Amino acid sequence: MTISANVGDIDRRLLMDRSVSGRKAFTLPESDVPAQDLPSSSFLRDHVELPEVSQLEVIRYFSVLSQLNFSIDTNFYPLGSCTMKYNPKINDELANLPGLADIHPLQPDETVQGAIRLLKNLQDDLGEITGLPGVSLAPLAGAQGEYAGLLIARAYHNARSDSARTVAIVPDSAHGTNPASAAMAGLDVVTVRSDDQGNVDIENLRELANENTAVFMLTIPSTLGLFEPNILELTKIIHDVGGLVYADGANLNALLGLVKLGDLGVDICHSNLHKTFSTPHGGGGPGSGPVMVTDELAKFLPKPVAEKTDDGYVLATPEMSVGSINGFHGSFSIATRAYAYIKALGLEGLQSVSENAIISANYIQAKLRDKYDLAADRYCMHETVLSATRQKKRGVAGLDIAKRLLDFGIHAPTMYFPMIVDEALMVEPTESESKETLDHFIAVMRQIDDEIDSTPELVLDAPYHLPVTRLDEATAARKPILRWTPD
Amino acid sequence: MASSVNTSVNHPYIPSTDSERAEMLDVIGVDSLDGLLGDIPVEHRHPDLNLDAGLSEQELSTVFGSIAAENASASAGYISFLGAGSYSHYIPSTVRSILQRGEFVTAYTPYQPEAAQGTLQVGFEFQTVICQLTGMEVANAGMYDGPTAFAEACLMASRVTKRTKIGVLSTSDQRLPNTLLAYSMYQGIDIVEISPDATEIPDDIACIGVQSPNFFGEIEDVERLTNLAHANGALSVVHVNPTALGMFKAPGEFDVDIVTAEGQPLGVPMAFGGPYVGLFACKKAHIRQMPGRIIGRTTDTKGRTGYALTLQTREQHIRRERATSNICTSTQLIGLMVTVYTATLGKQGIKDLASLCYQKAHYAALEINRLDGFSVDSLGSGGTFFHEFVVNCPGSVSKINAALLDKKIIGGLDISDRSDNGMLVCVTETSSRADIDKFVQALSQIGASA
Repeated sequence: MTISANVGDIDRRLLMDRSVSGRKAFTLPESDVPAQDLPSSSFLRDHVELPEVSQLEVIRYFSVLSQLNFSIDTNFYPLGSCTMKYNPKINDELANLPGLADIHPLQPDETVQGAIRLLKNLQDDLGEITGLPGVSLAPLAGAQGEYAGLLIARAYHNARSDSARTVAIVPDSAHGTNPASAAMAGLDVVTVRSDDQGNVDIENLRELANENTAVFMLTIPSTLGLFEPNILELTKIIHDVGGLVYADGANLNALLGLVKLGDLGVDICHSNLHKTFSTPHGGGGPGSGPVMVTDELAKFLPKPVAEKTDDGYVLATPEMSVGSINGFHGSFSIATRAYAYIKALGLEGLQSVSENAIISANYIQAKLRDKYDLAADRYCMHETVLSATRQKKRGVAGLDIAKRLLDFGIHAPTMYFPMIVDEALMVEPTESESKETLDHFIAVMRQIDDEIDSTPELVLDAPYHLPVTRLDEATAARKPILRWTPD
Repeated sequence: MASSVNTSVNHPYIPSTDSERAEMLDVIGVDSLDGLLGDIPVEHRHPDLNLDAGLSEQELSTVFGSIAAENASASAGYISFLGAGSYSHYIPSTVRSILQRGEFVTAYTPYQPEAAQGTLQVGFEFQTVICQLTGMEVANAGMYDGPTAFAEACLMASRVTKRTKIGVLSTSDQRLPNTLLAYSMYQGIDIVEISPDATEIPDDIACIGVQSPNFFGEIEDVERLTNLAHANGALSVVHVNPTALGMFKAPGEFDVDIVTAEGQPLGVPMAFGGPYVGLFACKKAHIRQMPGRIIGRTTDTKGRTGYALTLQTREQHIRRERATSNICTSTQLIGLMVTVYTATLGKQGIKDLASLCYQKAHYAALEINRLDGFSVDSLGSGGTFFHEFVVNCPGSVSKINAALLDKKIIGGLDISDRSDNGMLVCVTETSSRADIDKFVQALSQIGASA
């Protein structure tokens, strides 16, 4: 067999296929205690079939794999609704400090005063930013924050002996976790339409809101990147029928210091610390989804909530708490990073974040609107939703454009979401990117549009310059191979 | 109303300059930022915010240094015998090193597989490791943490069996049924407690949920309980400690249907409770009811191997309110830590590690059991334990723990609500014999004066 001289060829063998009997990457210390009796062999296994590789092989294997990824550190990543902003390195360092990374969750409160103080300070800051002062940092992701919010809404109605409220009203533009969380909370999902401007259809909401309405779930700004101009009227419609308003804070990056959700009639919201507050996405988590509520609802928050007492800081259980939605106190190391981010930016810095995020998104929109349709023809907030309908008529789908962007080292926008927009490409540049990067993206998007007419195969078969070309996802689902097995 | 227009400050995290902003606003066609905020009710725009001014990186380090210094930890000279769901283990340098790769840390969920082969292949490795450890056929790419994985497993058993009653063994950590309760309270699910000695169970339960080693550290008879579940048309859900699987039989050997675990012991810092990763494995037959992300192997248009998210029609972004779960993460980065950790330990290391934990914990148990007034029931009853055991103390555990703390020892967990004067002690490879002896001696002194 001839050995390929192409440095681009990547060895994709799995660890188990690299394993050589007797090799090791690590040595444990010898036991320093007298030998103990083992249990009966009926309890024991002989070994676990894990790889046997050297330490260098471990490092090289994972290092090479990392190079197959796009990431914020290496690429512009305008993935709409995901807020792929710079993740400051100092935050990782601080989260790993001895005294923060090596404390046990069940240590007595008096031995973790610094940790609880940090949680309390972050609670206060998030309460201030959203205008909703009751805060629990327990939820481990946005979807858990949503679910916690719905549990709070249900507990509130139940406490008022108003338990017939079993409907969640959800806009047709909502993220999939909204209806999924509502279903988990035992709520029937009723969909409210968007109007032709991308706003919630007020008349439709008025028809749907009634004595069965438990909660109205509204993403602010919406998944179309738009601020709901009728927000005060919408929240009033819901409050007038006795329902609560839950705001999905996935897009909070547009609102820092510009408006407080609590001032708009929102009763409950969550925030994704891994979006607005810069904690790393990690290739799909860990996240953190604190839930924020009005003073009136604070007694229902999931446990724990950090409090300051005369005897110091404590982790407390609210009086009528909806309970524990996970094992311990939430994603502490993520909370640490988010708190560091807020402290680094401060009031003026946070305002600048949203201002620059909004300006950047509108700049892209203004520079591309002659080539790409807009989901809504008005100023956007922190992201713009383009529609590739014109391109689709010329034989190229939104998906193809997304794949072609990868060839230019730019991560694809969010595709085909929100579902109410044909051929949606949702672009969120964030405040982290320079004008040069935005201009490069704009130029590439315009060039791709030209390629559709000049060299359509370049777009239809993209990507060309990545570790793999398009993958056969249909076969992957039909005949699932989900783990290594010996040949 | 506070400031109104162009308050932007220059900050290391924000590259745009005043002139660039002005240029962009000009292209957009507005004079100022406020021209873009017309949809926000004017009376609520630019509210007053009570937040501090920003800090430089150096100041930030100082602030966090003082926060960290207020906590008692190993780095501050404390020794600890806490376990109960979060465990102290040595984390190899390889894990910390790979965790610095921004290409992993700052990537998103791999929705564009061509640009995420690194994340995806690691996830496939992770699924493989979880299958190897548990002896199960398939695993997902990770859940939030152990208790949420257990809760989701019980709900999955309910979907598979179309039954709404869920049995949980009475010896389980209360965090498991508590989380299950929070996950299921509006889904018409009843949670029933089952004794580990039960020979009969209701014939309409969806599953028996077993924690083994259980909350008190002892290995449960998973085989018998699984057979009991199957005899009644129910599934067997077993929540394990992954470190224990280095020496104890895998649940897959007992025909268990779903296995969950807290992944934290496999190379993840305790970090005051999170983030961790929930491990989730099951029989292949049930895969379409499994929650969470799943990564599959496939080929590209040139026939080369590649990986992609698969079986996505179970998930919320496709199925919305009919999804198997609302989960939208796989806690991938923590899964990476687990994958690097297990690759580093390897076949021999995981065995040696389990043995070390077992040896040290048993040594500690024997030594404590010798002390006047203290006893360890698991030693006498023929119960088998791994690295946790209950110490019956001669008096109030909270008082003993307070006295231990004066000696810079964080004692075991006070479980007197579940076991009279009970202290749940955990010993892993991070405790030296000297640490154990110091703990035993301190208990002896405190016990004598109790």
